[in-house]
Amino acid sequence: MSSAAVVIIAILTLAAALAAATLQKLMHATLSFAVALVGVAALFFLLGAEFVGLVLVFVYIGAVAVLIVFTILLTRRDVGKDRAANWGGAFLAVAVFGGLTWAILKTQSVAVVAPHIRLVTVKRIGEALMTSYVWPLQCVGLLLTAALIGALVLVMEEKP
Amino acid sequence: MTPTLQLFLIISAALFSIGLLAALSRRHAIFILIGIEMMLAAANLNFIAFWRFSPQSQPPTGVMIAIFSIAIAAAEAAVGLALVIAVYRHYRTTNVDHLNQLKG
Repeated sequence: MSSAAVVIIAILTLAAALAAATLQKLMHATLSFAVALVGVAALFFLLGAEFVGLVLVFVYIGAVAVLIVFTILLTRRDVGKDRAANWGGAFLAVAVFGGLTWAILKTQSVAVVAPHIRLVTVKRIGEALMTSYVWPLQCVGLLLTAALIGALVLVMEEKP
Repeated sequence: MTPTLQLFLIISAALFSIGLLAALSRRHAIFILIGIEMMLAAANLNFIAFWRFSPQSQPPTGVMIAIFSIAIAAAEAAVGLALVIAVYRHYRTTNVDHLNQLKG
């Protein structure tokens, strides 16, 4: 893990994210969002969490981005101009970034380098999911089922 | 030269701020959802970075929390987009400035 690789991937990710936040056309913004998520997944790979990076690519780009594209196509009649510049929001975002950066740079305990750790294999993750994380796993399964049924109920045609 | 935890935290803070910018300054409901998803991705990056830079734990807690957080983000996106479609069907717009009454 070298600083140069991290910085290059971070610049690409943040540029794509900024494009997603400022582009006028919804479809372009969604594609930029997908590129930014690929960058985040690359950072996960660099940090040694390959499985989470793959899950991020599958879930976000394979499901969420495609879902957003479907929604854009279903609400296509409404592709008017979006008022891009809202100085209050921009000011607040810059203030939050400044405050967080100040706090991070001031905290000495986070200026550490990565220790050497054992590789996290899918086998270890699966064992943890089936032993100490079995209740959270079941709850997430229930939550996903409820969310999908709720989404179906929300978009069902109303009876006249 | 190896990167420190600070670098990842600053990247994550920047991603969070960009998501906040998208959620606050856009008027289109789908843009707001994209901003929220970006903020969630920044939180996941923080989880993974703190896990990687701390002493080893068994089981890998940061990885597990990131996986659960991604699953919850997916559920949130599905419900949010369904809401956008339901609102569009009713109001014929997804501009959140025009959604100003609770009465159906």
